[in-house]
Amino acid sequence: MSNAIEVKDLYFSYGNEPILSKVAFSVHQGDFVSIIGANGAGKSTLLRLLLGELLPTAGDIRLFGQDVRRFKKWSKIGYVPQNGLSGGGDFPATAEEIVKANLFSQIGLFRFPKKVHRERTQQALELVDMGIYSKRLIGNLSGGQQQRVMLARVLVSDPEIMILDEPTTGVDAQSVQSLYELLFRLNHETGLTIVMVTHDVSRSADYVSRVLCLEEGSLVELDKVQVHDELSHKHKHPIGDEMKSQEGTDSHGNSAI
Amino acid sequence: MEILQYDFMRRAFIVGILLAAIIPCIGIIVVLKRLSMIGDALSHSSLAGVAAGLIMGINPILGAVVACIIAALGIEAIRKKIPKFSEMSIAIIMSAGIGLAGVLSGFVKNAANFNSFLFGSIVAINDFEMILVACISCAVMLAFVLLYKELFYIAFDERAARLAGVPVKIVNFIFTILTAVTVSVAARTVGALIVSSLMVVPVACAMQFGKSYKQTVIYSICFAIFFMTTGLFVAYYARLKPGGTIVLIGVICLVLILIGKKIASKVSLAAGKI
Repeated sequence: MSNAIEVKDLYFSYGNEPILSKVAFSVHQGDFVSIIGANGAGKSTLLRLLLGELLPTAGDIRLFGQDVRRFKKWSKIGYVPQNGLSGGGDFPATAEEIVKANLFSQIGLFRFPKKVHRERTQQALELVDMGIYSKRLIGNLSGGQQQRVMLARVLVSDPEIMILDEPTTGVDAQSVQSLYELLFRLNHETGLTIVMVTHDVSRSADYVSRVLCLEEGSLVELDKVQVHDELSHKHKHPIGDEMKSQEGTDSHGNSAI
Repeated sequence: MEILQYDFMRRAFIVGILLAAIIPCIGIIVVLKRLSMIGDALSHSSLAGVAAGLIMGINPILGAVVACIIAALGIEAIRKKIPKFSEMSIAIIMSAGIGLAGVLSGFVKNAANFNSFLFGSIVAINDFEMILVACISCAVMLAFVLLYKELFYIAFDERAARLAGVPVKIVNFIFTILTAVTVSVAARTVGALIVSSLMVVPVACAMQFGKSYKQTVIYSICFAIFFMTTGLFVAYYARLKPGGTIVLIGVICLVLILIGKKIASKVSLAAGKI
């Protein structure tokens, strides 16, 4: 199986402050990987490096075999940001308008969407069970529904990798469960490669195929069975007590369990 | 109608409606990018260009256009350097613009001409200025329609737009130029001190009713045209300054809409309890 993402000896620092050191991992096509770690461990920095927004201080990042510095086919990568609508909750746009916007590469510069693009948008919304909400203003949807629209926005352009930054932040407990089920279904049925940064170790462990842990700037792969057993027996988890306290809380600090 | 018998009023209506159609197109993107004060910064900077134009003996509107473009590019440049405090770039450029305008205005011989840019003089538009406004309005409207989906996506989520393949830097650059040109031309008609209100107030009104982005854009243009025409009528018959009257009508409408919505929500809440 070919690698969708390959990271070798990655170092990154902000000025003199090292953030990531000697990080190495690969994500195979069809993997569903979660990246866990305490606050400040460098998870979001790692995602920004994968998205080409930051350049490595040293080391290599390859996307589909191509160096991230020269990578051009960004439409192959779908990105769902943390708090996808941070500050945009009052944005006067419908779910349909937001999803359709991501079809830019298919529609083209200076061109207008056609019937085929509108149909594709509707299909993407139906894939995440949001078809009936296509004409609703995004600000009038719940946190879970907004996150589904963000997923549809990514899915509409048919990406090969979906990268999610803490997708369950601000989402109620019931919606978190169905969001994971949806991601699991997409991964299994369509073979979509998923890389997800999350604090929600316990619930996500049931759905992902691999767990990578960032700790003090280094990355290690955890045995998924071990993670599951330790969590279910409430033993001290190798990623530290801090993670447990962060699990199941939304952006407002409310328990999601 | 008596008001339309006069040539200067007919021009005022033509120019006013053209500007009312394009200012909210720029305004909605500015508002959604959380850069509402950009209009203020640019219009104040345009005064420096007006003063420079009057000193050098060139058309002050052209001076304003050049000053606005430099100011707009300056805001973008500073915004990129300090992205976490991007609003600071507006304050810096506005201060620099006001400072420069203040210094240069001391050298302007015809102070009345310079002052006409502060509150505008839509009824004193000449042929050249009317043609300039018509050309710029067509260019801005065409660019807005052609870049409709790109501007929408950048305003909603600049990072996602880049990943989707939108040429963010180029579109942002074009938009910056469009904003600068629109503001500098509008400064002559409605006034440098008022133009930013026309960018924001119609959009604020439209956002109270819009059920989609497209609707919000259309409503913003409708509101702006309504404020402009009503303002000109009221200013003519009540012998008021047109620029200020147009903006005040807009603000009064917004206040009435907000009060109306509040009352409507209380009524529907009360009806639900019964």
